[in-house]
Amino acid sequence: MSAVISTADSDRLQPSSAEDAEPAVVSLRGAVAAVGGRPVLRGVDLTVRPGEVVALLGANGSGKSTTVKSVIGSVPLEQGRLELFGRPLRKFRAWHRIGYVPQRTTAAGGVPATVREVVSTGRLPQHGLLPFRRKDRAAVDRALTAVGMQDRAGDGVANLSGGQHQRVLIARALVGVPDLLIMDEPMAGVDVDSQQVLADILRTEVERGCAVLLVLHELGPLEPLIDRAVVLRDGCVAHDGPPPRGVGQHALPGHDHVHPHADDHHHRTTQGLLA
Amino acid sequence: MIEMFQPDFMQRAFLAAVLVGITAPSVGIYLVQRRQALMGDGIGHVALTGVGLGFLFQANPIWMAVLVCVLGAIVMELVRARGNQRGDIALAMLFYGGMAGGKLLVSMSSQAGSGSLESYLWGSILTVSPGDLAVIGALAAVVVAVTAGLRRQLFAVCQDEEFARVTGLPVRVLNLLLAVMAAVTVTVAMRVVGLLLVSALMVVPVAAAQQLTRSFAATQAAAVAVGVTAALLGVGTSYQADLPSGPTIVILAILAFALFSAVAAPLARRRHRITAEHGPAVCDVALPEQDGKEPAAQAPASASGETLSSRGLAQ
Ligand SMILES: Nc1ncnc2c1ncn2[C@@H]1O[C@H](COP(=O)(O)OP(=O)(O)O)[C@@H](O)[C@H]1O
Ligand SMILES: [Mg+2]
Repeated sequence: MSAVISTADSDRLQPSSAEDAEPAVVSLRGAVAAVGGRPVLRGVDLTVRPGEVVALLGANGSGKSTTVKSVIGSVPLEQGRLELFGRPLRKFRAWHRIGYVPQRTTAAGGVPATVREVVSTGRLPQHGLLPFRRKDRAAVDRALTAVGMQDRAGDGVANLSGGQHQRVLIARALVGVPDLLIMDEPMAGVDVDSQQVLADILRTEVERGCAVLLVLHELGPLEPLIDRAVVLRDGCVAHDGPPPRGVGQHALPGHDHVHPHADDHHHRTTQGLLA
Repeated sequence: MIEMFQPDFMQRAFLAAVLVGITAPSVGIYLVQRRQALMGDGIGHVALTGVGLGFLFQANPIWMAVLVCVLGAIVMELVRARGNQRGDIALAMLFYGGMAGGKLLVSMSSQAGSGSLESYLWGSILTVSPGDLAVIGALAAVVVAVTAGLRRQLFAVCQDEEFARVTGLPVRVLNLLLAVMAAVTVTVAMRVVGLLLVSALMVVPVAAAQQLTRSFAATQAAAVAVGVTAALLGVGTSYQADLPSGPTIVILAILAFALFSAVAAPLARRRHRITAEHGPAVCDVALPEQDGKEPAAQAPASASGETLSSRGLAQ
C-alpha cells in the first residue's frame, strides 16, 4: 500500500502544494527513523488533510509515538520528507498552528508547578517575548474551562489523577487554538468519566475545523469522530483507510495481542508490506 | 551589632552576599526543575581549572573561571542533549579532570600559596575587593536579567522540552543559555561560598522553598528570599562568631529546609481539607452537602482530630 502512494507522489513534483487545493496539514513520505540506534520507522507514509481526523493505530512498539515525534520534528528523519501545512519542516515556522499532547508520563518536573502555569506554556507561540497579557490569560481560562479544570487551576500538577493530568496536557495544547491537534494515546489510563470529557472536547475542536492526528490503542468512545485509520505494524503502514467500524482494534489487520513483550514483533514478517 | 556594618570590607561582603543570594537560586530553580541539581557542583569542579589558569598566567582568576566554566557548561549541555547512555562517564571525566587540573596548575604557578587556593575552594567573602565586587555585580545583573526576563521560556523548556520545541521555542539556544548562566553564577558565588559549596546555594534554597509552595512563581520568589536571608545572616554570623562564611551560609540554608519541611506537613493537611471542601473534582457532579463526610472517609479517625485542630490554629 505504501508503495502505491509513493509512486503516485513521484509523478508530481510538489505533491502537497497543488494550486487549487489547500495543502495537507501533515505530509510524511517514506519516513525512515531510528531511536537509540535501532531502526523504528521503515518507510511510513502519513497524510492528514485540513479538518480531517486520522487515528494512528498499532500494537505496542509498532512505532506510533515515534511517527508522531517525527511529525513534530523531535525524532529526525534519516530518509523521507515531512511537510507541515505545505512547508518543509526546515522552513516551517507556524508552530502556533499545532497543539501537541504527548504520551503521558509519570515524570514531573523537580519544582512544583500549578495547572495554570503548565497550561500557560501552550500560549508561548502567541505572546513570544512579550509579556503575558489579558487575552492570553483569557485563553488559558477558556482552555481550562473546556477541559473542566478551572477549579483546579491553582493546584499543583503533581497532585492530579491520571485523567486530570491528561486534561491539563490537552488544555495546554488547546490554549493556542491550533489548526492541527496531535495527541499520543490521550485515552491511556483515563477513567470513563474523563474519556467522555475528552471525546466531547475533541468533537468541539473538530467542528471548529481543527485537524486531528490521534494515536490510539483502541477506537473506544472516539470512534464516531474518526475519518480515517492508519495502522502501523513494525514500523510500516499496514492499513490506511476507513476505520474498522463497530469492531475493536482486535479485528485490525495489524493487530497482535498487545502485552508489552519487548521482542514481540520479531516473529512478525513484514516482507510483503515492504516489497 | 551595628559596628559590623561599618568596615568597608564588611559592606562589600554583605553586598556580595546579597548578589549571590539572588542569583544562585534564580538559576538553580531551573536546574532543579530539570532534575539537574548537581550540575552546579560539576561546574564548580571545572571552575578550579579556570582559577588555576588565572594563577598561572597572573590573570584575574574570576575572569578565567568564567571562561573555563562557560566552556565546561556548554560541553555538559551538549552531552546532556545528546542523551548518550555513556554521558555520565563523559561528565565524570570533565569534573575530575577539572579538579585535578586546577590543583596541578596552581602548584605550577609562582604564587602557589595553598592558602589562596583554599579561598576559592571555601570562599573568602571578607577579601572581596571593590574590583571583584564590580565584576560580581555585573555578572549577577546579567544572570538576573536573563532568568527573570526569559522565565516563561525557560520554565517551558525545563518543564517539557519536547512540548517547548512544538511551541517553536529555540530549545537548543535556551538550553545553552541556561548552561552559560549556571556557569556565570558559579563564578559569581565562588568568592562567597566557595567552589565546593557553590551548588548548595543553587539547590538548597529551592528545595527549602518548595516545601511550602505549589506554584513555580512562588517557589522562585521564596527561593530567592531564602537565599538572600541565608547569605546575609550567614555573613553576619560568621563575622560575630569568627566562622568561615561559606559553610555558615550553607548550614543556615539547610536549617531553613529543615524548618520548612517540619511545617510543610500540617500545611499540606490543611490544604487538603480545603480542597475536599470544594467537593471532589474528579467527577463533574458537585456534591456540596457531603463535605462533612468526605474528610472522615478519607482520613482515619485519629488523623481527623489533628486536621481539625490545625485548621483551628490556621484560621
Ligand atoms: N528511547 C528509546 N530507546 C531505544 N528504543 C526505543 C526508545 N523509544 C522507543 N524505542 C523502540 O522503538 C519502538 C517503537 O516505539 P514507539 O514508537 O514508542 O511505539 P508505540 O508508541 O507504537 O508503542 C519500540 O520497539 C521501542 O522498543
Ligand atoms: Mg507510544
